[in-house]
Amino acid sequence: MTKWRATVRVWLKPSVFDPQGHAVLQALASLGHDGVEQVRIGKSIELTVAADNRDEAEAKVRRACEELLCNPVMETYAVHVEEGAQ
Amino acid sequence: MRWAVIVFPGSNCDEDAALAIDRVLGDPVDLVWHDRSDLSAYDAIILPGGFSYGDYLRSGAIARFAPAIAGVRAAVQRGALVLGICNGFQVLTEAGLLPGALLVNDHLQFRCELAELRVENAETPFTLDYAPGARIRIPIAHRDGRYHADAATLSQLQRERRAVLRYVQNPNGSAQDIAAVLGANGRILGLMPHPERAVAEWMRSTDGARMFTSMHRYVEQQGASLAASAEGVGRLG
Repeated sequence: MTKWRATVRVWLKPSVFDPQGHAVLQALASLGHDGVEQVRIGKSIELTVAADNRDEAEAKVRRACEELLCNPVMETYAVHVEEGAQ
Repeated sequence: MRWAVIVFPGSNCDEDAALAIDRVLGDPVDLVWHDRSDLSAYDAIILPGGFSYGDYLRSGAIARFAPAIAGVRAAVQRGALVLGICNGFQVLTEAGLLPGALLVNDHLQFRCELAELRVENAETPFTLDYAPGARIRIPIAHRDGRYHADAATLSQLQRERRAVLRYVQNPNGSAQDIAAVLGANGRILGLMPHPERAVAEWMRSTDGARMFTSMHRYVEQQGASLAASAEGVGRLG
């Protein structure tokens, strides 16, 4: 089996208020960072997965997202898979 | 009637809940470790406050896989009452036993204070002993207490009177000031305030006691205790 490196990004759905992003946006504005209009803060989760091929690796990671890593009530996620261990 | 308080690694209000039940009602109450799935001996189950499994991923996210949650599902099926307090509420939403989710407070601060609440529905097993519309005071202590649900769910909760308690002054940005949510079957309640911390004068409020007396009265009125097949359950130290 090949080792695959997966990155999962989890963040709040656009419809959900992100107070952390809001606080950072305010901080950037007060520091003079003009033109920053929106900040959303989420999580990045890196996994090393053993699988025969990319599709299988991605399927494994998506199952992990659905069952544990992401709560679809308020979060959404994206998966990126590339070959090679960390 | 017989009560269980589920203890997860990281629970820290389990003893308080058991003490409150003992002092308010004098009912037998067991502290039950989370690895136990057979909860058939109990008429009411409390998921207590704290930080189950450290809340490492999200509040309540890991606890929902505990064998005790399978036991809770079975208990609900046979008619037992389930009360999730604070972290227990978070666990119930993560487990899909209650709709919505609890997010970090909109001001990002931990709030620990006596909160004023309005009893929106006094016809539930958890609120029978409150007057409809009563204003009560029960402490909150949380950082992740902002109730969130989509618009359809919120209007359903409103329609079915399942937002049982609302904050008089919203302390955390919860949708529609919601402090407590009733399950669709009417036998599960999750709330962020801590009723077990408002059961004696020296606690500055005794308003939490009526939640426990309500549950007791409901179960007694249901007739024979569900605990017929009760088996000995070890009490934790």
